[in-house]
Amino acid sequence: MGKQVTVPFGPQHPVLPEPIHLDLVLEDETVVDAIPSIGYVHRGLEKLVEKREYPEYIYVAERICGICSYIHSNTYAECIEEIMHIEVPERAKYLRTIWSEYSRLHSHLLWLGLFADGMGFESVFMNAWRLREHILDDMEATTGGRVIQGVCKVGGVRRDIAPEKLDEMLKGLRGMERELHDLTDVFLNDASVVHRLRGAGVLKTEDAYYLGAVGPTARASGVPIDIRQTGYNAYGKINFTPVVESSGDSYARCAVRAKELYTSIDIIEQCIKKIPDGPVDVKVTGAPDGEYFARAEQPRGEVVHYIKGNGKRNLVRHRVRTPTFTNIPPLVTLLKGCQLADVPIIVLSIDPCVGCAER
Amino acid sequence: MTYFQNAKTVLKSLFSRPSTLMYPAKPAKKMALSRGHVTIDPAKCIACRSCQRKCPAQAIVVDVKEKTWEIDRFRCVICASCIEACPTKCLAMDPQYPESTTARGGLYKVTVAGPKKKEPVAAVEGAAKPAEKKE
Ligand code: SF4
Ligand code: SF4
Repeated sequence: MGKQVTVPFGPQHPVLPEPIHLDLVLEDETVVDAIPSIGYVHRGLEKLVEKREYPEYIYVAERICGICSYIHSNTYAECIEEIMHIEVPERAKYLRTIWSEYSRLHSHLLWLGLFADGMGFESVFMNAWRLREHILDDMEATTGGRVIQGVCKVGGVRRDIAPEKLDEMLKGLRGMERELHDLTDVFLNDASVVHRLRGAGVLKTEDAYYLGAVGPTARASGVPIDIRQTGYNAYGKINFTPVVESSGDSYARCAVRAKELYTSIDIIEQCIKKIPDGPVDVKVTGAPDGEYFARAEQPRGEVVHYIKGNGKRNLVRHRVRTPTFTNIPPLVTLLKGCQLADVPIIVLSIDPCVGCAER
Repeated sequence: MTYFQNAKTVLKSLFSRPSTLMYPAKPAKKMALSRGHVTIDPAKCIACRSCQRKCPAQAIVVDVKEKTWEIDRFRCVICASCIEACPTKCLAMDPQYPESTTARGGLYKVTVAGPKKKEPVAAVEGAAKPAEKKE
């Protein structure tokens, strides 16, 4: 046993797109402990509820994260609607589901690209982002924004999608599926990728459960939690089964995300087939008085928005628990006992999105 | 389990057109709904300040007395809620991004038509009311 050395990893590091700092305690090449520290990009967004009225705050809620932006605004709107007993029209619910799945597609493709880049697979990175571009184009054509959609509002959605456009989107996704198969094949079957990922950072099922892992990190360890099954938005009327893997290593986390791409396409297809006609929003008057706790499944896992209002235009409290924040304890467990060279892969495998961990 | 799983895609991209855009040479493609920057038709604005009240970033300042409408493009988060709030539909969203600036500033100020003059009808109504009361 050599003596222990501490190696700082981050806050800026080539494999970390966002600033998080990890103190890695090493013995020779083995990581014996990892101490995370966050707080580099704290923006005080939750305090802003005192300054912005609740209909405007949805734009702030959407800017919590640049990748799952749409789902943040959706969850926030859901909270307010629940407190004020607003019945959202059916069509709006389906549209929200479609956009949620689109943002999952774009997030997973982004992550697959970054993960490939972390492994040194530049060409796969380029291809993943090339495919993601089609998704972003569809998002821009239907909402007006590529990254910040700004399409959700309290009481419904701001834009409708014409039926022809819906068909076109579906055709585009179907056309993309073949290319997606080529892409995910690399992650699932290429010998060098599998060799690199198998056995790197194993999270056991009990650990995943007790440390509160969420999303693909939990599902890769065999914990079948998927908040979409609670049936918010229109998910209750859609048939799908969450992708669950059992090995709990980086390969499983990668496989869950790769396979979820197809689930998302399938959900979008069902939504487009079932979407009813009708209005997409209702008029909202008054102010929320009460509290609510909404959960939604983001690409990275479960997000929780807690809102408390007191009948005034400004809310009293807005609290967000984001998936990355929840996945930091499992990350620390994953890092213990791994090789230093595997650290980037393991950190990336939980899909860290530090922007949303710190608000 | 095979090596070079990606080779097919790599070879295909070698012989196909690039999917990237020669950006400054070719303009970026914009959709009809894209949000680029806010434009105003000064002739139609009545200086009602709805847009100022609705703006989440407080980027718009409307001076009713001076009849000016001013936007700080660096503050604007391009959410289009001012456009939805405007009663006379004088605001619109241009799909292209605004021109780049090299210095801090970005203020864009225009003089607008301002509120309509009080109609003489209103004065008559005001005069008629006390008369009704007397009856
Ligand atoms: S687009 Fe949004 S941020 Fe920009 S001026 Fe209008 S309301 Fe304000
Ligand atoms: S731009 Fe429209 S909303 Fe703003 S002050 Fe003028 S008329 Fe009112």
